[in-house]
Amino acid sequence: MSIVVGVVTFPGSLDDRDAMRAVRRCGGTAVRLWHADDSLYGVDAVILPGGFSYGDYLRCGAIARFAPVMETIADAARGGLPVLGICNGFQILCEAHLLPGALVRNEHLHFRNRDQRLRIGSVASAWTNAFTPGQEIVIPVKNGEGRYVADAKTLDQLEAEDRVIARYVDGNPNGSMRDIAGIRNEAGNVVGLMPHPEHAIDELTGPSLDGQGFFVSVLQHLASARTVAAR
Amino acid sequence: MARVVVDVMLKPEILDPQGQAVAGALPRFGVTGVTSVRVGKRIEIEFAGTPDLEQVRHIADRLLANPVIETYTVRLEDETGGARPEPTAAGAAA
Repeated sequence: MSIVVGVVTFPGSLDDRDAMRAVRRCGGTAVRLWHADDSLYGVDAVILPGGFSYGDYLRCGAIARFAPVMETIADAARGGLPVLGICNGFQILCEAHLLPGALVRNEHLHFRNRDQRLRIGSVASAWTNAFTPGQEIVIPVKNGEGRYVADAKTLDQLEAEDRVIARYVDGNPNGSMRDIAGIRNEAGNVVGLMPHPEHAIDELTGPSLDGQGFFVSVLQHLASARTVAAR
Repeated sequence: MARVVVDVMLKPEILDPQGQAVAGALPRFGVTGVTSVRVGKRIEIEFAGTPDLEQVRHIADRLLANPVIETYTVRLEDETGGARPEPTAAGAAA
């Protein structure tokens, strides 16, 4: 049976279709989840896509965090459900306190849209296990409020626990502290990433196929969990 | 009717590029000697009856501000409205 990944659509989501296409391209089944519906319909993993949920009003992700579907996702994430937040999805995960820190206005105030080189850090997560530590990849980054901030103690802890999953190299596009592009939670099932792997899955439209690694990771992770369960 | 004002500011240790951009524009007005500008948010909430300030603090903490990066203050505005920026529709009619 195919592995089913749910992609949430909030009012103002932009990259939900691309995320679904990325899941399918990597061999999974993608289904849509709706922000106002609190059921996850038994999906095996969830992606919170990029965009501008609720118009980014108040703070990015601040209102989406309280959407009915998010209450269910937060509970499921604490129970181990793999959840990937991309860009606005990362902002929502921080607002929901499923990941530490916050994402604020870019240091230079400009919206930055370019192909970005990243260095993979921790591969001990549901979404990065198909990479090797130190591997460099190129995927698009596009944000106006992507500067990752947290207090020094939190940053030290993230590094000490190997919870930084990717860092910017060849230039930090937004002023993120310690060049952090993505982090994971302690258990490794929840990952937030500012750049967009779902836009780097096809030679025709992306700068590389490097983005596939994130989706392949979760499909492998869930497939191996099923094999273990079936024994 | 009573108005509760919630002021939200980025914590001092969080860089505020918006405030810096404003500070950078001030010399054009001949304003010098400014050491810092920081930009925050003012949220006005109007209640039909007596507001429950504990309830407002709850929503300030959960929704209006993100305590990871921001601080907030909650205060009840007095009958005269203090320094209201413009007359409300009711005020204009009176």
